[in-house]
Amino acid sequence: MDNAIVATHPHTHETAVAAEHEHIALPQHRHHFETQEQQREAGTFGMWLFLLTEIMFFGGMFFSYLLYRNWYYDAFVVGSNQLSIPLGAANTAILITSGFFMALGVWAAEVRKKGLLVVFLILTTLFGLAFLYIKGIEYHEKWEKHHIPGAHFDVSEFVNPQAHGLHEKPLAPDMAQKTQIFFFLYFAMTGMHALHMIIGIGLLTWLLKRSSRGDFSSGYVAPIENFGLYWHFVDIVWLFLFPLLYLINRHPV
Amino acid sequence: MSATSSTILNLPDQRTATLPKRNYINNEDGLLSWLLTGDHKRIAILYLISITFFFFIGGAFAGLIRLELLTPQGDLMASDTYNKMFSMHGIIMVFLFLVPSVPATLGNFLMPIMLGAKDLAFPKINLLSWYLYWLGGLVVLGALVLGGVDTGWTFTTPLSTHYLNTHVVTAATGVFILGFSSIFTGLNFIVTIHRMRAPGMTWFRMPLFVWSHYAASLLMVLGTPVLAITLTLVALERLAGIGVFDPTKGGDPLLFQHLFWFYSHPAVYIMILPGMGVISEVISTFSRKRVFGYTAVAFSSVAIALFGFFVWAHHMFIMGVSNYSALVFSLLTMLVAVPSAIKTFNWAFTMQKGSITFETPMLYAFGFLGLFTIGGMTGVFLGALGMDIHLTETYFIVAHFHFVMVGGMLMAFLSGVHFWWPKMTGRMYPESISKLAAVTTFIGFNLTFLPQFILGYLGMPRRYHAYPPEFQVLNVLSTAGATVLGVGYMLPLLYLAWSLKYGAIAGNNPWQATGLEWQIQSPPITENFIEIPVMDHEAYDYEWLEHKTAQEVTTVG
Repeated sequence: MDNAIVATHPHTHETAVAAEHEHIALPQHRHHFETQEQQREAGTFGMWLFLLTEIMFFGGMFFSYLLYRNWYYDAFVVGSNQLSIPLGAANTAILITSGFFMALGVWAAEVRKKGLLVVFLILTTLFGLAFLYIKGIEYHEKWEKHHIPGAHFDVSEFVNPQAHGLHEKPLAPDMAQKTQIFFFLYFAMTGMHALHMIIGIGLLTWLLKRSSRGDFSSGYVAPIENFGLYWHFVDIVWLFLFPLLYLINRHPV
Repeated sequence: MSATSSTILNLPDQRTATLPKRNYINNEDGLLSWLLTGDHKRIAILYLISITFFFFIGGAFAGLIRLELLTPQGDLMASDTYNKMFSMHGIIMVFLFLVPSVPATLGNFLMPIMLGAKDLAFPKINLLSWYLYWLGGLVVLGALVLGGVDTGWTFTTPLSTHYLNTHVVTAATGVFILGFSSIFTGLNFIVTIHRMRAPGMTWFRMPLFVWSHYAASLLMVLGTPVLAITLTLVALERLAGIGVFDPTKGGDPLLFQHLFWFYSHPAVYIMILPGMGVISEVISTFSRKRVFGYTAVAFSSVAIALFGFFVWAHHMFIMGVSNYSALVFSLLTMLVAVPSAIKTFNWAFTMQKGSITFETPMLYAFGFLGLFTIGGMTGVFLGALGMDIHLTETYFIVAHFHFVMVGGMLMAFLSGVHFWWPKMTGRMYPESISKLAAVTTFIGFNLTFLPQFILGYLGMPRRYHAYPPEFQVLNVLSTAGATVLGVGYMLPLLYLAWSLKYGAIAGNNPWQATGLEWQIQSPPITENFIEIPVMDHEAYDYEWLEHKTAQEVTTVG
C-alpha cells in the first residue's frame, strides 16, 4: 500500500535538488513534510476532521430519532421497553473497558514498550469482539420476536400486550405500526455503530501485526494514536445510543 | 510574440525558449507512474481529464433535452426516457462535474504551491479520492446502462422509494461513493491549509483562492456525510421495505427533504465558492491591482459557507413547512446575498483605476461577473416567499441555477483553466481563438437561459417533455442558444489539446502575476520548490513583484 508511492521519493529527491533534511530520523517520515511534528500534527488533525464527518453522518440518524420520538412517543416507549437493559449495560461496560485498554495501548506505544502494546491491543480487540457477540445475542432475540422491520414484522403483541404477557398499555393498531420505525432506527443506529466496530477490529488486527513487528516501538506512534481517536469516537457514539435507545423512555408500568 | 501594448503577456524569446528539462510531467514515465502517483499536480491532471469526460457526457444529455423541447409535442423520445435524460444530466453535472470541477483540478494543482508546500498533507488519500471518483462515476454510468433512473438528481421520496422501478439504488450508491471522494478532497485541503503553510504565510497573506477553497472544504466535510446517510436510508427503504420516509408506515417524506437539502443547499456553495476564488486571482492579475477589500472578500467566503448551512428549507416553501419556519428561512436566504454582493462589489472596485487588459481568462471572468450577478439576484427573487410560490418548479428555477452554476462556475472554471494552463503545461493556449470561444460561450449562454426566465415567469413547469404551443418561440431560441453554447465548449477542448504540442513556450510568469505559483518554473518540478519559500509580503503585492523582477537576471528556458 505504501510502497508504490514511497518508491518514487528517492528519485524525486535527487531531481528536486539536494534539499536534504538533516532532521529526518524515522523511516516513516514523508518527504513533503518539513518536520516530523508537522507530519504528526497533520495526521491527528486529519483524523479529527474525519471524526467530524462521522458526527455529521450519525447526526442524520440522531435527528430522525428525535423527530419520530416526539411524534410517536407511545410507540417509542413500548419499543424501548423491549430492549434488554442488562445486556445494554454490560455492553456499555465492555466497550468502556475496551477503550481503557486502547488508551493504555497508546501510552505503551509512547513509552516504547512493545510487549505491553501488543497485550493491550489484544485486550482491546477481545473486548470489542465481546461487544459484538452480545450485540449478536440481542439481534437474535429481535429476530425470534419478529421485531425486525420489514415483511415479517409483527405488531400483535403491542396491540394486545396482555395476551403476550407484557405489562404495557395496549397501543392502537396505527400507533403499534410505528414501533417499526423505532426498531428500524434501532437497527440502523446500532448496526451502523457495529459496522464501525467491525472496521475498527479489522484495523486493530493490522495494527497488531505491525506492532508485533516493532513498527511502533521507536517513537513513531501516529497510527496507534489516530486509531485510538477513532476507537474512542466509536465508544462515545455508543454512550449516546445506550441512553437514547434503552433508557430514556423507560417508565414504571 | 513579445508583449504588445494591449497585453501583459510576457513570453520568453521564442527562438531560444525551451521547456524546463525536469518537471513533474516528464519526471517519471509510463502509465503506472501516473496511476500510482502521489503528486498533487499529476492527480489534478488525472481529475481534469476525468471531469472533462463526464462534462461532455452530461452535456450530451443537455443537448438531447433541448432537442426534445424544440417542438411542443413529445416526439423525439417518450416521456419516461425524457425523465431519465434530465435525471442523468443532473446527477452527472452536479456530482461528477460541478462539485469536483475547480477544487479537484485547479485546487489540487495550486493549493500546495500557493501555500509554499511540497504536496497536500495526504497524497495517498488524494489519489484514493480520484479512484473513488471513478468508481462512483462508473456506478452512475452503470445505472444508466442498466436502464437509467428517473427521479431527478434530487431522489425525491416517496417517488424514489415507492413509485419507480428504475435503478435508484445503483445511482444512489454511485453518489454515495462520490461523496467520499469529495470528503477526502475537502479534508485534505483543510489539513493542508492549517498545517502546511510556508514560513511567513500567515492566514491573511494567503491568496483568496485558498480562502474560498477553505470555505468550500468546510462545506464538503460537514455536509456530505448527511447526504451519505440520507441516501443510505433511501436505499434501505427500497431494499428492506422499512418506512423512515414512507407516510403509509408513519414516516415523513419531508424529513427526507430536510436531510437532503441540508447537504444539497451547502453543495451549491461547494460548487460556486472555488469559482469565486479563481475570479479573485484573475481579476487582480489583469487589473494589476491588489484585490480591493482583501479581508472582506476572505471573510465573505467563510460567511457564505456559514450562512449556507441555515437556508436549506427555502427549497421546501411549497412542501408544507410551517409559515414561521418559511419566514425565517426566507430572511436567512436573503442574508446570503450580502457576502455575495460584498465579493461582487469588491471585484468591481479592484478593477477601478486598474490597468485592465483583456486576455481570455479576464473575458471569462467578465462573463462570470455579469451572469453570476443575474443568477444571484434572481436567487433573491426566489427567496421571497410570495415570488417563490409563483415561480418554483418552473423554468425560472432552471434558469436561475444555470446562471449561477453554468454562467458562474463553468465560466470561472474555464477562466481558471486558461489562466493556469501555461503553469500546468508550460505552453500558452492560442489567444485569439480562445477569445472567440469566451465570447461564443457568453452569447450562447444568454441565448439559452434568458428565454427560460421568461418561460418560467409565464408558467412553463420544469421536468416535462411537452409544453403548450405558445411557448415554442422561446424554446426554439433556447435550443438555438444551446447549440452555440455547445460550440463554445468544444472549442477549448480542441485548441487546448492542440496547444499541448504547438503552443508557445510560456515561461515562468507570462501574466506577471504575484502568486507563489508564478515564481517557479512552468511546468513545476515534482516537489514544487527548490527550496521552501519564505513569504515576506502580502498577497497581490505588485510592487514586490516589480522590485523582484527588476533585480532578477532573466535567462531563457
